[in-house]
Amino acid sequence: MAKITFIQPDGSAQVVTAEPGLTVMEAAKMADVPGIEAECGGACACATCHVYVDADWREKTGKPSDMEEDMLDFAFDVREESRLSCQVKVTAELDGLVLRVPAKQF
Amino acid sequence: MTVLERPDGAQPEPIETDVVIIGAGPCGLFAVFELGLLDLKCHVVDILGKPGGQCSELYPEKPIYDVPALPIVTGQELTDRLLEQIKPFNPVFHFGERIDGLARQTDGRFLLTTDGGQQFLANVVVIAAGGGSFTPKRPPLQGIEAFEGTSVFYSVRRMDDFRGKDVLIVGGGDSALDWTLNLQPVVKSLTLLHRRDEFRGAPHSVNEMRRLVEEGRVRLMIGQVTALHGEGSKLAAATVKTAIGQETIGVETMLPFFGLTMKLGPVADWGLNLNENLIPVDTEKFETSEKGIFAIGDINTYPGKLKLILSGFHEAALMAQAAQKIVYPDKKVVFQYTTSSSSLQKKLGVK
Ligand SMILES: Cc1cc2nc3c(=O)[nH]c(=O)nc-3n(C[C@H](O)[C@H](O)[C@H](O)COP(=O)(O)OP(=O)(O)OC[C@H]3O[C@@H](n4cnc5c(N)ncnc54)[C@H](O)[C@@H]3O)c2cc1C
Ligand code: FES
Repeated sequence: MAKITFIQPDGSAQVVTAEPGLTVMEAAKMADVPGIEAECGGACACATCHVYVDADWREKTGKPSDMEEDMLDFAFDVREESRLSCQVKVTAELDGLVLRVPAKQF
Repeated sequence: MTVLERPDGAQPEPIETDVVIIGAGPCGLFAVFELGLLDLKCHVVDILGKPGGQCSELYPEKPIYDVPALPIVTGQELTDRLLEQIKPFNPVFHFGERIDGLARQTDGRFLLTTDGGQQFLANVVVIAAGGGSFTPKRPPLQGIEAFEGTSVFYSVRRMDDFRGKDVLIVGGGDSALDWTLNLQPVVKSLTLLHRRDEFRGAPHSVNEMRRLVEEGRVRLMIGQVTALHGEGSKLAAATVKTAIGQETIGVETMLPFFGLTMKLGPVADWGLNLNENLIPVDTEKFETSEKGIFAIGDINTYPGKLKLILSGFHEAALMAQAAQKIVYPDKKVVFQYTTSSSSLQKKLGVK
């Protein structure tokens, strides 16, 4: 199991216990994390599962693929640390991961 | 199959038909088949420019594994096969149009009106609206609503509206590029803003855009809009965050292209009972709280509902039986198989 912390724009934090193999989006949806909409159900086709990866974790989560970069064009306020959470797989390595939820997904 | 173009401004005569299907997703398409077997003629309206709903818009290349008898089929393949299957019934498609109005007439029929002003008179309405109309995403910029329709547009209806204007186009896909190329000759100035110096659009459009930038006819900015400024509904400027800081540029018109999202939209305005943005129906006929208006596919709800394509297909078949009784009240309904009924095979054009 990996613990993932989601920080909301108002600063409140929610720790989610995620099973390796799921995507971070799926783990967030199961725990009803606000602000992760995931309209397309993880098809990398909607960009409404956008998150910011905490600076300390960017190396471990890695860079978006080309397909994900293309879909990030449809997100708002995209930054260096932007990822689509449906494209990040939960692994034991990511235990302790810290993510920020954007103010609005659209 | 006939495709009718959006009528430009003109108020055409209402189209009279047995059935209007709202939504050309998989369930709306299959409804054409089931209704067609029972001799009901359909017009199908969708705000998207193409058939297939979620399957073709959200996941055309992804595999679906649970459509009976098709162990694996992509969203686009499923759409293409449905179109082939319903071809004998010659449905009339109206793409790029949204049904806004739905009201019962004194003669019992329904009057439907699109955002383009097209009207329909139908005995039966089938709402196959899925998760709602696909609607352009609105960038969450403070105060943007006030500018919409006057200074901020999500599509181009008439190029002339942009003539002589300072225009800002935001995005990096085909819509952003196509409108950059098309509008550049008519506008006063054109700025194309994208978050990175890479464009997903067709390579030839990208090259064409780069050429205009080189010639100084289009300004390309890499960055993102952070604020809009103006008086009332008139946009005057936009603040853009770039790699080196902030810049405020004077613009009168903005066209943001951030893709589509599903919004319930006008379905909520038709006086139907709703339950958390879904339309409750019975499980015999899939009829709504209004007689003659049916709801199938993702848009409906009933105990045990599963939002699956196969459920919508079943709903279409049962709905069609009830719809036939409305259009042909005196016709005796005979249950038939497509395998063995010569009359069904004649309709399908295989006999
Ligand atoms: C990524 C993804 C994967 C999926 N995988 C599967 C799967 O494996 N198996 C499965 O069974 N299902 C799957 N689904 C679900 C499946 O796609 C839906 O159940 C199906 O598309 C519903 O079909 P529909 O015809 O009811 O509605 P939709 O496909 O949602 O189509 C509705 C259409 O109606 C239009 N519309 C709405 N309101 C109006 C209006 N007022 N005027 C004009 N047009 C309007 C919309 O623009 C839209 O095109 C998946 C969905 C997604 C997003
Ligand atoms: S859920 Fe749609 S892109 Fe991630």
